[in-house]
Amino acid sequence: MDYFIELLFSGLTRGSIYALIALGYTMVYGIIGLINFAHGEIYMIGAFTAFIVATILSILGFPALAIIVLAGLAAVIWSASYGYTIEKIAYKPLRHAPRLSPLISAIGMSMFLQNYVLLAQTSDFLPFPQLVPDFAFMEPVAHIVGSTDLVILVTTTVVMICLSVLIKYTKIGKAMRATSQDRTMAMLVGINVNRIISVTFIIGSSLAAIGGMLIASHIGQINFYIGFIAGIKAFTAAVLGGIGSIPGAVLGSVVLGLTESFATGYVSSDYEDVFAFSLLVLILIFKPAGILGKVDTQKV
Amino acid sequence: MEKPILHVSGLTMDFGGIRALNNLDLDVKEGEIVALIGPNGAGKTTFFNCVTGIYKPTKGEINIYNKHKDKDISLLGMKPNQVTEQGLARTFQNIRLFSQMTVLENVMIGRHCRTRSFIIGALLRDKRTMREEEEIIEKSHEILTKIGLRKYENEFAKNLPYGAQRRLEIARALATEPVLLLLDEPAAGMNPQETIELVNLIQEIASEGQSILLIEHDMKLVMSLSERIFVMDYGKKIAQGTPEEIRNNPAVIKAYLGEEVDA
Amino acid sequence: MINFTEIKRSFFISLWFVFLTFPIMVIRVNSIEKTVQWRWINVVYILVGSFVLSMVFRYMLRRREMQSTDNGDEKGKSDQNIIHRWFTVPQYRNTIYGVLLALAIIFPLVFSTYQTSIMTTALLYVVLGLGLNIVVGLAGLLDLGYVAFYAVGAYTYALLHHFYGLGFWVALPVGGLLAAVFGILLGIPVLRLRGDYLAIVTLGFGEIIRLVLENWGEFSQGPSGVSNIPRPSLFGIDMSLDTALIYIYYLMILFVIVTIFFVNRMQDSRLGRAWIALREDEIACQAMGIDKMKTKLAAFSLGAFWAGIAGVIFAAKTTFVSPRSFTFMESAIILSIVVLGGMGSIIGVIIGAMVLILLPEYLRFLSEYRMLAFGAILVCMMVFRPQGIIASVRRTYTYKKQDSTEREVA
Repeated sequence: MDYFIELLFSGLTRGSIYALIALGYTMVYGIIGLINFAHGEIYMIGAFTAFIVATILSILGFPALAIIVLAGLAAVIWSASYGYTIEKIAYKPLRHAPRLSPLISAIGMSMFLQNYVLLAQTSDFLPFPQLVPDFAFMEPVAHIVGSTDLVILVTTTVVMICLSVLIKYTKIGKAMRATSQDRTMAMLVGINVNRIISVTFIIGSSLAAIGGMLIASHIGQINFYIGFIAGIKAFTAAVLGGIGSIPGAVLGSVVLGLTESFATGYVSSDYEDVFAFSLLVLILIFKPAGILGKVDTQKV
Repeated sequence: MEKPILHVSGLTMDFGGIRALNNLDLDVKEGEIVALIGPNGAGKTTFFNCVTGIYKPTKGEINIYNKHKDKDISLLGMKPNQVTEQGLARTFQNIRLFSQMTVLENVMIGRHCRTRSFIIGALLRDKRTMREEEEIIEKSHEILTKIGLRKYENEFAKNLPYGAQRRLEIARALATEPVLLLLDEPAAGMNPQETIELVNLIQEIASEGQSILLIEHDMKLVMSLSERIFVMDYGKKIAQGTPEEIRNNPAVIKAYLGEEVDA
Repeated sequence: MINFTEIKRSFFISLWFVFLTFPIMVIRVNSIEKTVQWRWINVVYILVGSFVLSMVFRYMLRRREMQSTDNGDEKGKSDQNIIHRWFTVPQYRNTIYGVLLALAIIFPLVFSTYQTSIMTTALLYVVLGLGLNIVVGLAGLLDLGYVAFYAVGAYTYALLHHFYGLGFWVALPVGGLLAAVFGILLGIPVLRLRGDYLAIVTLGFGEIIRLVLENWGEFSQGPSGVSNIPRPSLFGIDMSLDTALIYIYYLMILFVIVTIFFVNRMQDSRLGRAWIALREDEIACQAMGIDKMKTKLAAFSLGAFWAGIAGVIFAAKTTFVSPRSFTFMESAIILSIVVLGGMGSIIGVIIGAMVLILLPEYLRFLSEYRMLAFGAILVCMMVFRPQGIIASVRRTYTYKKQDSTEREVA
């Protein structure tokens, strides 16, 4: 039973991280219809930035809490900046191009960023410090749920709530919803569509950065390639839940996280990635709209 | 009574909660020009889409009469390319030409369903394949000449003037040797001169025995061309008859102009 | 075009990039030794580099704007500049092909075996590029898992030899056909998906194949791969390493010629036209009687077939295969070749493969930046010249009533 609960929490933790990344995918897809292939790299850059800042701060002797907060802030700021810049360079010029062009451009951007970090930093796996100290009150259940797990779950929930509030109740949220439904009309009613799209990228990238930092702290190491796998899995989660739908991204992420956790726990851990990819292929073949998505009929 | 070449009965199309087509009946006899008219949103293009296999109707029957086999063939459940093979060819409300291909190639595409060479033929370029290719080019040239676009044959389709593009779509559809030609607002966006040329073109095609079903808003064109008219509104057929009958039909007038307000 | 506002703009942009790249480019930490390395010189590089690049980028964006508003009519004609003239007029084109062929034949006699080996690799990518070109360039199906078919071909030879001792010439058609079968099996469920979904599904499939090869040790020998794969033999004669490599080179030339011939024939046929129509407008293409599924499957499986053949040759050349050679990066590289060269253009793909594969080899100091350049190339090509270096030229058909038809083909 203990094992089951351990896997359950492990799955929820994974799902939370996937959710933070998947939200970025789904929001961007909802608003400009693009699969932002480079989104995984934003997550990776967030992890790297947090790593660099955290290391400097710990060398300087900052307290643990300050390190987490400042490293997280740095990760968010820089990832958001990268997201903003990428959109302006690789996607904005292609807004009216046929659908495949921005996708190929995104692939190129993904390759570019991966190798940029590889060359500027290193190809080694860098050890990431555990930023979250082990809480005393978690002691009795520490073998099932770790402190970092708890922080991840809590952070993700808080972030999710904030995002929902933003989308539903603020002016910007409304503008985002309008732009994703009908971009031309949004422009005609005076919404600065360019700014809204940039905001979407910024929010998505910030979430991914938080996810990057948390998971790096959880796993204990980072590498220039982590963005690729995490990106694909988060994309799987977004599609599973219904791409373009925010609750869908969360739902899909939780399902994927739990599935992976139980599959690797009870079946085999070698084929972990194969589960995710197979799930992706199967969903796209049988139910591309996902759990919560709608099938869009094409007008002829 | 002549057997109709297209016979649609009870056609119903639901999109979720919206009933776009409601129990529609329509038929076209061989050699006829039939028009389908109605206010915007009546369901005319939806009707075309159902008949040509782009949408799957909720209910109803769509039958085409095959002369060779002397029997009706149901078009229900067929994919669009199968429908075209059976003899229904269409043009689109918003022009859908292959803009990166030349005018001639666009028409040559129309011959695809009447020819057969595939991978081996393409590779070997055997006698039969080459003869097929010659025939494709020859027929395409004929059609282009008839339509009056022969001089543009090596131009990219996207470079043609608007009126010519619309006629190219018709040429492309004709290349499939259709039993029935479906024209979706062929005169949309045309100036009066182009419209007259279009009317002449359609009359010429029809005079060679081609059956035509067309959707149009231009009433002059409809009245001058068609032998029979079907009128739709809100997915239903509200009237059917000769141009004279339709012109004076109160239900039709009401649909287009609204009811008279008593003074 | 260069005025003060532009300079000011680019200056601020370069400042932005200094900020943006600061943590990654300037700082390098070692968390074990607790050291921090500050590479301030990079700030200068970024400042200058991004200033120049942003001036160029924004200039080219402005030019792109003007081009598209100006000449909607002239667009088709302006693509056909002098270079295209070379490639379309039959006499010129045949001369070029002839010269290239002659150069290719004497290559091993002039250059070292090492160079020949590199050239063989480049030719391998030419075949891969031409294969993917059928799928992406002609039919417009973005296949990001193309490398899976490459792997099928390579492992077919490797395992046929490992388990049954079969030789190259037996494995060659088997590898190709097996890859084609995989192509059909994958294609049937997947090809009805829309463009971007198709891309992701094929990517997923490619990764699945690689992971299965890596983990199913009993079958594929796992991550360490299969070695001792024999090179192709010439009537059983024993060849030294050098001779064998040269022999493979000439075989490769032969295969490239066959591939070019094949793609050329396919392009200019009923099926080729159907592919282009499919790429343009799926709905209109169906309405004109083209069977969407059959046409897509034809492109997909033919592309897979060539990848399989290339895979067998790859296995023979390197005598060793492992899952590591068949990552998504490979698919991305082949895609870059097609995008750079020009979707649908044979000459373009050849040039693209030569440039992208040979340049890093000969400019050794740049090879580190190879993948970086690939990424940048994909982005820049899509933004500025999506039709590629050599845009494919539409054929003109002249029909003479008496004689048979004459065609000029790109």
